[in-house]
Amino acid sequence: MLSLTSPIRTPFHRIPAGPKLLALLLVAGVTMALSNPLPLAGLLLAVALLFAAGGAGFARHGLRVMRPVLPLAVVLMAWHLWLNAPEAGLVMILRMLVAMAAANLVTMTTRLDQMIAVVQRIAAPLRHIGLRPEALALAIALMIRFIPVMSTRVAQIGDAWRARSRRRPGWRIVMPAALAALDDAEQVSEALRARGGLS
Amino acid sequence: MERNLSMIALFAALIAVLTLVPQVHLPFGVPITAQGLGTMLCGTVLGAKRGALAVLLYLAVAAMGLPILSGGRGGLAPFFGPSAGFLIGFPVAAFVIGWIVERWRAGIGTVSFVASVFGAIPVLYAFGITGLVLFATKETSFATATAAMAVFLPGDILKAVLAAAITRSLARARPQAILSRA
Repeated sequence: MLSLTSPIRTPFHRIPAGPKLLALLLVAGVTMALSNPLPLAGLLLAVALLFAAGGAGFARHGLRVMRPVLPLAVVLMAWHLWLNAPEAGLVMILRMLVAMAAANLVTMTTRLDQMIAVVQRIAAPLRHIGLRPEALALAIALMIRFIPVMSTRVAQIGDAWRARSRRRPGWRIVMPAALAALDDAEQVSEALRARGGLS
Repeated sequence: MERNLSMIALFAALIAVLTLVPQVHLPFGVPITAQGLGTMLCGTVLGAKRGALAVLLYLAVAAMGLPILSGGRGGLAPFFGPSAGFLIGFPVAAFVIGWIVERWRAGIGTVSFVASVFGAIPVLYAFGITGLVLFATKETSFATATAAMAVFLPGDILKAVLAAAITRSLARARPQAILSRA
């Protein structure tokens, strides 16, 4: 439910994750270096064209994931108009849009397991300071799995509350949810040990 | 080892879940969220090192593209935005909070409150304000950015109260889970 990878296959899906991430870092660096609205708008157009290259459905999906940025962009523009610095506001919003659209393009066309593999490769040198890449990869996978597990727990406890009471659950379900989550984590660690652990 | 790993993963997920709770946007591009509450709990429950690792794991997964930062953002873009200072400050705040809870052996509720206030206000604000000033336009000086932070104060104190209450209840119900005092 949480993954942002697009189910619509595009040519970008075939590019390995490493080069895509490097390109993203480059784009982000360039947007921070530019302080003129015109080249930034050109860059935004270029990213939009990349989205369009993935097909109409893919581009619509791309627009949809950008929607949370809109209220922030409106507030930022209003704030800069009030400061009497419309150009600075425009630059800030364009930078944000370019960097976020480019980041979304990488996210939408890269599967999570590919992303984890890249992190594992980057983290390999950290072996020397005691961080094992396998442990990191496992922690990432566990955390991503814990997010829906925790949301489900909260929903279940809320349902149980509503079955017993006509009042809304509110803060009273915080502690049971926290304890259930802790117990889940304990069970996972026991299961890991039972399967030979991380050694 | 397995236990530390699954607890770190759990608390990283906890920050994500708390962050996705509806939130309010401030005009200069930094939203108010329950994210801070998650950071505080990482420090008070897990301790300095594990708490900081949990926050770093959360940030790493967010950077990899999961939409778990405030406002449903994710990917690398927020690390170049106006709230980047806060993102960098979160693991440091969790470390400081955990360090205080580990060292100061008074009642866990009181200590958690004091540590959360200290970690989430002077420590985190220092990073956040620096980030805002570096990112924003010339019109924003250190003084205005600091004054703007006053908006966060009541919320952060409330979050510290909540963090302390939750930590104390957890310490009663599952004393072995409070790794900061283990």
